[in-house]
Amino acid sequence: MTRPWLLWLPLAVIAFIGGLAIYGLLVPKDELVRSAMVGQKLPQFALAPATAGVQGLASSDMADGKPRLLNIFASWCIPCKAEAPHLETLKKAGVEIDAIAVRDRPEDVAVFLDQFGNPFRRIGADNEMAVQLMLGSSGVPETYVIGSDGKISYQHIGDIREEHVPMLLEKLAEAK
Amino acid sequence: MRQAFTILTLLVAAPVFAQGSGPIPELANQQLADPKKEAEATNLMHGLRCIQCQGQSIADSDAPMAATMRAEVRQQIAKGEKPETIRKWMIGRYGEWVSFEPEMKGSGLLLWAAPVLLLLVAVWMARGLFRRRA
Repeated sequence: MTRPWLLWLPLAVIAFIGGLAIYGLLVPKDELVRSAMVGQKLPQFALAPATAGVQGLASSDMADGKPRLLNIFASWCIPCKAEAPHLETLKKAGVEIDAIAVRDRPEDVAVFLDQFGNPFRRIGADNEMAVQLMLGSSGVPETYVIGSDGKISYQHIGDIREEHVPMLLEKLAEAK
Repeated sequence: MRQAFTILTLLVAAPVFAQGSGPIPELANQQLADPKKEAEATNLMHGLRCIQCQGQSIADSDAPMAATMRAEVRQQIAKGEKPETIRKWMIGRYGEWVSFEPEMKGSGLLLWAAPVLLLLVAVWMARGLFRRRA
């Protein structure tokens, strides 16, 4: 054998693969699917009102040059109930919040708003999740920051917790 | 006792029903009239990943989001859109991740090139054998 180091090569390769496996186990798993629409213009859509007594939501309603939040929720979604008080806090801080109710019934949306409050200016009904698809949204709840330039500047996946409120206010200020 | 327990657990298992109550789009589970176009659509559906159940393609998944994506694929194909354009549209929404066919750039390039590279390494390792026999 002229090159004895060659003997160790297979072992080195296997050790490398084993190392990769261990690394894979140690790194925390991130299964969130982020929208690729962040930084892009809000797509065009027009949705009917989600229940009686609220206004429907079209993309043109959000084009008044003010930064705002677009909340995606559903009455059947439990984390959406948990984030309701924090949306209320944001509203009290002067934030305009529009909403899209996903795969919902008008009567269920009414009960939800009765129970958990209605911090929303407008609520559109996305029965077939078509607008969710346009936004690159992968579930409920999700909250988008729409900048004054009409572009999506931030996507928050999951419920808004107390600690997220200052962060979202900051993102809104940045989106001016 | 066991029956009562079963009923109780079924009642507790609310997440089973937590899928919402909206309608499923018509084209989600209905084939296109033109078999050629349907084949094109089905082929693409097998190559797109479901956002909700991640490991499955939208053709295999029963999740509402997959239904919406299937309907979108069929609508676009029926309109005469090319499958590659639709795949790009989906990638524009959810990133590279949504496609089961990685593109030939970045880390995807390494994936595509790996078989060729391994073959070259194998040939290089085996070259001594050929020499001895000749």
